[in-house]
Amino acid sequence: MFIAYFTEQPDTSYPKEVGDRLGYTALLMPNEHFNAEAVSGLYQERLKEYLYVEEVGFDGIMLNEHHNAPFCLQAKCNIFAAVLAAMTSRVKIELLGNPLPVNDNPVRLAEEIGMIDLISKGRIISGFVRGGGTEQISTNANPAYNRERFVESHDLIVKTWTEPGPWRWEGNHFQLRVVNPWIVPLQKPHPRIWMPGVASKETVIFAAEHRYPFVALSTTIDITKKIWALYDETARRVGYEAGPETKGYEMRIHVQDTEEKALEAARHYMWMQGEFTGVTHPVWHNPAGYGSPSWRKQFVEMANGRRKNVANVDSTTTVEDLRTTGNIIAGTPDQVIEAVRHLLTELRPGILNMWCSDGGMSHETTMRCIELMGREVLPAVRQIADGLGLQSPFEANAPVSLAATPKQELQPVGA
Amino acid sequence: MTEALTALPEAPEEFVDVIGEKIRWLKKGSGEPLLVLHHEIGNPGWLPFYERLSEKFAVTVPDFPGWGQSERPLWMRSVRDLAVEMNLLLDQEGIDQVVLVGLGFGGWVAAEMATMNQRRCKKLVLVAATGIQPKEGEIVDQFLLSHLDYVRMGFHDLKNFDELFTAEPPTELLMDWDVHREMTARIAWKPWLFSQTLPRLLPGLKTPTLIAWGADDRIVPLVCGEQYRDALPNARLEILQGAGHFLEMEKPDELARLVTGFVGS
Repeated sequence: MFIAYFTEQPDTSYPKEVGDRLGYTALLMPNEHFNAEAVSGLYQERLKEYLYVEEVGFDGIMLNEHHNAPFCLQAKCNIFAAVLAAMTSRVKIELLGNPLPVNDNPVRLAEEIGMIDLISKGRIISGFVRGGGTEQISTNANPAYNRERFVESHDLIVKTWTEPGPWRWEGNHFQLRVVNPWIVPLQKPHPRIWMPGVASKETVIFAAEHRYPFVALSTTIDITKKIWALYDETARRVGYEAGPETKGYEMRIHVQDTEEKALEAARHYMWMQGEFTGVTHPVWHNPAGYGSPSWRKQFVEMANGRRKNVANVDSTTTVEDLRTTGNIIAGTPDQVIEAVRHLLTELRPGILNMWCSDGGMSHETTMRCIELMGREVLPAVRQIADGLGLQSPFEANAPVSLAATPKQELQPVGA
Repeated sequence: MTEALTALPEAPEEFVDVIGEKIRWLKKGSGEPLLVLHHEIGNPGWLPFYERLSEKFAVTVPDFPGWGQSERPLWMRSVRDLAVEMNLLLDQEGIDQVVLVGLGFGGWVAAEMATMNQRRCKKLVLVAATGIQPKEGEIVDQFLLSHLDYVRMGFHDLKNFDELFTAEPPTELLMDWDVHREMTARIAWKPWLFSQTLPRLLPGLKTPTLIAWGADDRIVPLVCGEQYRDALPNARLEILQGAGHFLEMEKPDELARLVTGFVGS
């Protein structure tokens, strides 16, 4: 079992009434409300927390990236990754991840990740994402080509890491005269690539076809099982059996000394009305062409106020609702361990990302949560995972990709 | 579809094949060939404006490739590509002389087509055309607005919207608008709905041109109409009161009279 710590790095320093008045906090909330002094302080707190995360025994620190919104203070996940590469010595740095379509030069990304892998002595896990819908607008990346740009950028980065240059890339969306970066990653053939996702079938299939672990982001148990079924079926089609080492799960999990304290802290998960990508107009969240065509009806209904968001969460949803449905785990160490045992038994992931802190949880509350995780929860969870045979990609020594799997090991079924 | 849309007079539909792609068009009337090029929201049906024109002209209203029932051209990357394909369509159909009437986004396509082949374009009508960057203000970015809010913004009087689409249009229509929005992004995402090079070509276009604008166009600033007029050597600008961006839907009779008078002059 690989267990990582995650926080969105929220910025709660903006005046809440502005968001309430506008009805959104992402994309168009004027950045005159950005509080530079406060945010500089928040960054210092996050750094202390990350160091403590390593000290108490987590295996990894998950980082992500979002733009134009206070719900996430990482406008570039590689920046915190670089900082942590130098400040930590053991934990894996799990990028979930770099949004490929919004970057115009994939080779530059390949170089950056390569540098961080070298500085960290090979501790990078390089996740790739499509970026949120709103981010296609804030970075002016054409949503209609989001998936094409994702795939081409991915192919170009992997080739940059694995095929010696110089060579030329004349693609559909990216063109580079000379691909021959001096710096390539330490890990061979390349850092592990993990794919986080929610609802897109295409992303699940892409991950399975490449033998990249898929990390389900707080999806319900039922939906997650459907995702696994699609993954497993795709894996068999391309020739391998997908075990727990290909399955990751991210969940809001918060622990405190008492249930009362844990629930009080967990209320902060609801600061964006439970909508994990921040409050946006639904039409920004699902710009035309960005989503699966099979979801068009739902997206259009959401965009025009005829349906709640996909997760069916809105401003009336409470932390108790989400705790009941299993979308938030919060409690004492014993309660959390039991809830995680249920999760692991049901979903059998080899990777668990614990989203421990969010919203206005104070630094002290977060530090106590990290401490209790390390002292009581992680050892118990590891024992449960061992009992269930839930191996991480590292423990299973799984190949980093389908391309890196010896051909004789592949036995495609029903292809 | 809404009752008002299904109650629209019908026009025969045809499918033609151009460069291996299926294009659908509606055709009605006889006389001089007149091609109407639709907005980026697509063609909602045989509109009263087309019906009026078909009393005097042989009116053809194609669905652009990727819109309506025409096949999506996966290769297409620019509005100029679209204009070239539309000219190829006219070549193939043997249409040597034509009046081009472009509505909004279709006006941009018409202007591009005319700059490529002005001998074919007998007269040009640009109605609230996109295609050039406004000197002041901006062309509204529909990616920041819901489909309903965007189209409503294009009407001076919401009663006109409601009459055609109903106050709460069916989701199927909104899905069409979403598909068309996606297709618009595929070829006109950046810069949004204008060309950086078209204004330099317009002075070479001698074709007599009528530019029509709604006085209350909140989507494409009226200044774009003035810029088209100033760039084209043989153009005049008419402003219709009581109309927004979709003036052919709000003022069909008035606009049809203007076009008929202009073509006959």
